[in-house]
Amino acid sequence: MASRKEGDAPRRVARKGRQRDREVVEESRAPIATRRLSKRYGDLVAVDNLNLEVQAGEIFGLLGQNGAGKTTTILMLLGLTEPSAGAARVLGLDPARNPLGVKRRVGYLPDNVGFYENLTGRENLRYTARLNGLYGREAEATIVEVLVQVGMTERADGRVDTYSRGMLQRLGIADALLKSPSVLILDEPTTAIDPLGVVEILDLLRRLVDERGLAVLLSSHLLAQVQSVCDRIGIFAAGKLIGVGTVAELARQFGGAGAHIEVGFEGLDAAGRTKTAEVLGKVEGIAEVRLPTGERDPFVLVVADEDSGPAREAVLAAAASNGLRLNSIRDVQPSLDDIYRIAVRSSGIAEHGEVAA
Amino acid sequence: MTALAPEAPAPAAKSAASRTAANLGLRPGWVTIAGKEFADHVQSVRFYVLLIVVGASALIPLYFAAERIRSLAESVSGAQAAFLALFVLGPEGLNLGPISFTVQAFVAIAAPLLGVAFAFDAVNGERHQGTLPRLLSQPIHRDDVINGKYVAGLAVITLALVATLTVISGFGLLRLGITPALEEVIRLIAWVGVTVLYVSLWLAFGTLLSVVIRRASTSALVGFGIWLFVAIPFIGPLLVGLLGNFLAAGATSAAEYYSTVQWVQRLLPGQVYAEASAALLNPAVTTVSASEIYGDQYAQQMPQTLLSFDQSFLLILPHIVILLALTIGCFALAYARFMRQEVRA
Repeated sequence: MASRKEGDAPRRVARKGRQRDREVVEESRAPIATRRLSKRYGDLVAVDNLNLEVQAGEIFGLLGQNGAGKTTTILMLLGLTEPSAGAARVLGLDPARNPLGVKRRVGYLPDNVGFYENLTGRENLRYTARLNGLYGREAEATIVEVLVQVGMTERADGRVDTYSRGMLQRLGIADALLKSPSVLILDEPTTAIDPLGVVEILDLLRRLVDERGLAVLLSSHLLAQVQSVCDRIGIFAAGKLIGVGTVAELARQFGGAGAHIEVGFEGLDAAGRTKTAEVLGKVEGIAEVRLPTGERDPFVLVVADEDSGPAREAVLAAAASNGLRLNSIRDVQPSLDDIYRIAVRSSGIAEHGEVAA
Repeated sequence: MTALAPEAPAPAAKSAASRTAANLGLRPGWVTIAGKEFADHVQSVRFYVLLIVVGASALIPLYFAAERIRSLAESVSGAQAAFLALFVLGPEGLNLGPISFTVQAFVAIAAPLLGVAFAFDAVNGERHQGTLPRLLSQPIHRDDVINGKYVAGLAVITLALVATLTVISGFGLLRLGITPALEEVIRLIAWVGVTVLYVSLWLAFGTLLSVVIRRASTSALVGFGIWLFVAIPFIGPLLVGLLGNFLAAGATSAAEYYSTVQWVQRLLPGQVYAEASAALLNPAVTTVSASEIYGDQYAQQMPQTLLSFDQSFLLILPHIVILLALTIGCFALAYARFMRQEVRA
């Protein structure tokens, strides 16, 4: 009994806090808004005080390793799991209190989407249509429409157990589009699809957003794909959102202030690489030297300054005076890969994130 | 830690949501799910295999017992319940120890098999195929899934049982020339009802397994293992009998001995069903109490009386209540576990 009494006060505080969080998300006009959304499983914090806004007409990429809390966040947005604290609004509705209202208007592609294998693709879609209150001719017309959109008309009448992973993924997107959603939530939409299929799916998403003004939230651990399709990106690690913005904004925030230069040399053995790194490290204006990963890969130099001009000249001079056979030198944008690594490292939770992956 | 406990879902939200669903003219989610599941079941190999198993297990004893039933029908023409003899009489001189060779006994064995077979993969099958998150993200309540599946299973089993028993009745009408009296038809329908109730207990049990056990193959093994143990009159009843004997060792009278043994036996729902089944199909069964059957010397000397249907029904009303309670308990457990489970595997 004593422990219960002790627990009462913090609970009241938490309830008050949640009330405030609700008021804040109510005010947001964004189709998806969360305020200090948290989920704990016992001692494990899966999602930690998440503040997120996804606007209509944008693709928002949730980037993070497996186990970073992406799927848990998505499940909370759909009302499929209850938040431990904080509040969420999807299209103005609270998913925890009105899950049906949310699910009526949100298309969801789960991670590793599955279909009934004894049925055809079309029959699977028909079932989803019925669950959404679409019957008869109306349902058939909608099914044809979404099948065309994902390019699955030809194989729609084949049994699902004959489909490839990529086809399942596309059928999954068709399934999510059936209810003519205002919000689309895609969990790892491009995992296990061949590169060509990925391009097609990302193109499809872009088209849907441009044509229908959908708000799309997609989660992924594939950095290049997120970079190519998302308008804004949220970097997620160990349940925390550690950075939000466009690639350029994130680059400014985490890429270090300086520009990046790529420098290639001819005919370096292991000893030569070490020596070259030493030389480059002493060049004025170079903040960091990243060793090449492969034999022929170039060095990447992080410049202390935003302007890479003086540093490039200094590198050329140093190469000439040390007899290094330089064969290429150019400016490069920091990749999302770098940004992500730096962001995770700078947030001080890299160790945990890597363990969880 | 208490501060972290998730808030209970507001009851008002659910009723409001279902009201809007009704306003939009939507079919409730469970109806759609039940429809799809029923179609799946009826088209499945599983259904036809089980139909053959149940059909064969009912028809084989009937075939062997046909001669005896016919002679009985001729000798006691006009006697009550000659038609029901189709279900309760086995062939003469054929004794397989604990297994009696009658339709009634075979249905008692095969019916639970139906229940487990149509439910053991209800929820974990969806998980395995990766369809559960997709299904639950549709505008339906979570309990629609488990309710719809249960209703579909029950409908399929009822279909299979009624089909089989109709064939047996047809066999009786045509081949043996026995026509049922109204009272017998009522008894038969009541017996089918109790049998469906007994099967629905196993269906609820199978559903529970499918919720608790993550792999369909494991839950099938557990389900069929328990069926083998409980429903086949061999190991389970043997052990229960031993336990009963042990507990009844200090009995001072035969009546006390038998009532103790029977109390233990009734721990198995199969025993409860068997007693109810016997009383419904045979109007000569005037009591379900073992101590009265075996213990009371005077009772054995009493002339045979036949009960009317309502008296037989009153006799086994407690049995029906027990089966119903067990079914509800089993399903409620499955329901509660399913509602609290995480969507993700």
